[in-house]
Amino acid sequence: MKPNNVILQTVTRVAVFIIFTFSIYLFMSGHHQPGGGFIGGLSTAAAIVLLYLSFGIEKVRENIPVDFKKLAAVGVFIAVGTGLVSIVYGQPFLTQTFGHVNLPIFGDTELASAMVFDTGVALAVIGTAVNIILSISEDR
Amino acid sequence: MSGSGEAVGAILILVGAIFSLISAIGGIRLPDVYTRSHAASKSSTLGVLCALAGTLLYFLISDGIFSVRLILGIFFVFLTAPVAAHVLCRSAYRNDVPMAGAVEDELAQYYGMNKDDQGTVEKDVVKLDASSISMIDKEASLHTSET
Repeated sequence: MKPNNVILQTVTRVAVFIIFTFSIYLFMSGHHQPGGGFIGGLSTAAAIVLLYLSFGIEKVRENIPVDFKKLAAVGVFIAVGTGLVSIVYGQPFLTQTFGHVNLPIFGDTELASAMVFDTGVALAVIGTAVNIILSISEDR
Repeated sequence: MSGSGEAVGAILILVGAIFSLISAIGGIRLPDVYTRSHAASKSSTLGVLCALAGTLLYFLISDGIFSVRLILGIFFVFLTAPVAAHVLCRSAYRNDVPMAGAVEDELAQYYGMNKDDQGTVEKDVVKLDASSISMIDKEASLHTSET
């Protein structure tokens, strides 16, 4: 008898959008409020694992064609790169700076270079967590 | 101003706590998985929703802070808690967990019938295909022999 997962799959379609939105919110609010790269990446990984649970590994792999090992490597590369950029400007390794920029929609916005480091952390966390789940679930 | 916020928040959070307590008592007192899941999913969801709504209204009235995270949490719990109960009950039923004092189990008949049907239907289809192919072959050979 073919399993009929219509309730789980329909609710997953709605819930995954909420989790992705909330993880982006957590990622963006890391500078002044609770949140940051680690928890944002971890909740994104949780949404991806929810997709894997309700739709199956093959179908999600078709629709999210991302190699999560490479994603983790790219994240570490970005995080180390932000440290190297500060050496180029003659500062100690991993020195962070910030400035106020007038963006078209948001107005006066404080942009910090720690954001780029946080992006690297988030990508590394997503890649590691999803890769652990995938390598546990496959018979290899 | 802050007094009314505290009153509204306190009443809603108290109602939520009472519903959660009722849900916990139901989880202890009820006899099997399905009735326990009924108690745990419905009333604890309502309890959590009341507590979150009380917190939202307290901060909205007393501090003027509208927390989008609480709205999102209310919507998310309202969306996912019944589905979690559904998936739990479904996996329990498929693993043949017995029901306490069940008078009638209509799904068992449907489930068993569907299982049997699937097997026989597949066999029939295979047979039909084979016989129809041989029939077609016979007809073709007949036609060729006639002509």
